[in-house]
Amino acid sequence: MTLEAKYGVPTVAMHTDKFDRVVRSVAEVNGMPDLAQVFVPQPIMGKTPGELRAYVDGADPITGRIVMQEVVEGLTRPRDGARASLEYDRSTPRLVEPDTEENLHRLFLERNWTDNLPIVLPTEERVAAMLAGTRRKPDEVVGRMRSTHFREYWQYTVEKVAVNAVMAGARPEYFPVILAIAATGVTARSSSSSAMASMVVVNGPIRAEIGMNAGTGAMGPYSHANATIGRAYGLLSQNGQGGSVPGLSYMGNQGNSYAYNSVTFAENEERSPWEPFHVQHGLAASESAVSVFSGVRSTAFTLGLREKHWREHVRHLLRGMDPHGPPALLLDPIAARQFVDRGGFGKKGALIDWIYDTARMRASEYWDYQLIQNYVYPRATFGEEPWATNLAAAPDEDIPMFRREDIHVIVVGGETNGYWRIMGCNYQKTEPVDAWR
Amino acid sequence: MSKLTVLDPTGYPPKIAAKPLAPRLDTLNGRTLYLVDCRFDDSGLFLEQMRAWFAEHMPGVTTVLKPISSVYLVDDPKTWEEIRARGHAAILGVGH
Repeated sequence: MTLEAKYGVPTVAMHTDKFDRVVRSVAEVNGMPDLAQVFVPQPIMGKTPGELRAYVDGADPITGRIVMQEVVEGLTRPRDGARASLEYDRSTPRLVEPDTEENLHRLFLERNWTDNLPIVLPTEERVAAMLAGTRRKPDEVVGRMRSTHFREYWQYTVEKVAVNAVMAGARPEYFPVILAIAATGVTARSSSSSAMASMVVVNGPIRAEIGMNAGTGAMGPYSHANATIGRAYGLLSQNGQGGSVPGLSYMGNQGNSYAYNSVTFAENEERSPWEPFHVQHGLAASESAVSVFSGVRSTAFTLGLREKHWREHVRHLLRGMDPHGPPALLLDPIAARQFVDRGGFGKKGALIDWIYDTARMRASEYWDYQLIQNYVYPRATFGEEPWATNLAAAPDEDIPMFRREDIHVIVVGGETNGYWRIMGCNYQKTEPVDAWR
Repeated sequence: MSKLTVLDPTGYPPKIAAKPLAPRLDTLNGRTLYLVDCRFDDSGLFLEQMRAWFAEHMPGVTTVLKPISSVYLVDDPKTWEEIRARGHAAILGVGH
């Protein structure tokens, strides 16, 4: 689109057929509905040269026309006319047409405004009650989101956040936490084909004030606050960004059940041997904050740290992660204290150093990962560090799987045992809560 | 049955402003066509096959296989400038 509109170069965009609706939609919202787009079968990845040549020689699976005929025509035949001057405003109404409770529930489902679980209908009274949970004005813009890099940002106000919080079943006292999450602008409904979800860590006094769970069952469905705050985040994301519909604005191939409540929990600061997560990110322990992670997909787990081979065990857990999904260690306090006792990691930073040094693999193996090829190798080839240095390593040389700054440690759990896990995910942002009270 | 009034949960989209497409070429013969590899999921291998097709079926077209400078998430003005300066048209692929 940039080449066409900004540089004046006639262009054809090639896509795989699974993405026809999404790429046409992206072209439309970018003001280029007549962009030349030609499709070949999915997948490209892993195909032989002969198979790829068959795609080139074959038919577009969407239109049934010969691929190369469409390509040549896309570059040589006029494509837009009357619509070239198209400009229009897309507004969303404040209210839905009044209807019965049953019909409204059906309407919300049909319009893909829910997570397919029952919702609380956002009546004016309920939304007003939610808005009482903050001093902020209803029409104040909180932030903006989009489902993918190429889509347009949509904005949302305090009132829109309140509507989604009501739908999720949240209570007004949770609202400042939900607003802070919304203010990060990090979507919990990414359309990435890798089926991302989000994770939210809550720190500070607000955890106890609203009854968040940092102990037994904290990451499960055992706390009203944890459950509904995370659900509100998901609903706000899909509605605030203008949708999350499979095949159109959501392309996660397998989906991700973490997305139901965005793995939302409080850190167990009281039982942690280290400083709270938000303090690491510049806030005072007396402040409250939310920290948002994206790309939450892969999990490894084990029980405790054995005296003899704990280093090897942790190394194997780390080696099981995709190197494009850096590790966040989610440690029950028992496991956290074992890391202190066995490894001498009196500071969280010392443990992170050790994880960084331990998570290594042969360079040839690292660079062969598909996601590393897609997202890291191009940056390495153009000199971006530390990957450029790693790219210069000999094939059989061990190189770090992750950047140190991408490794995180959070303490959560109720000490019913020392189980702990590694979540492969990307830290995005920490947002103070108190400003949203 | 009584009717309820509820609020719409969707955010506010930006205004759409149409962007005109570039003028199309009268022919590809004698022109330079950039095949731009977005460096995702073996797209370069696919474009190599497309390049071979042009060599066989439209030998009058000069093709240049050009990988983008970084990942597809990053704008690449250097490459776009090169294409504008040295090329006449482009094929980008493969999006997914």
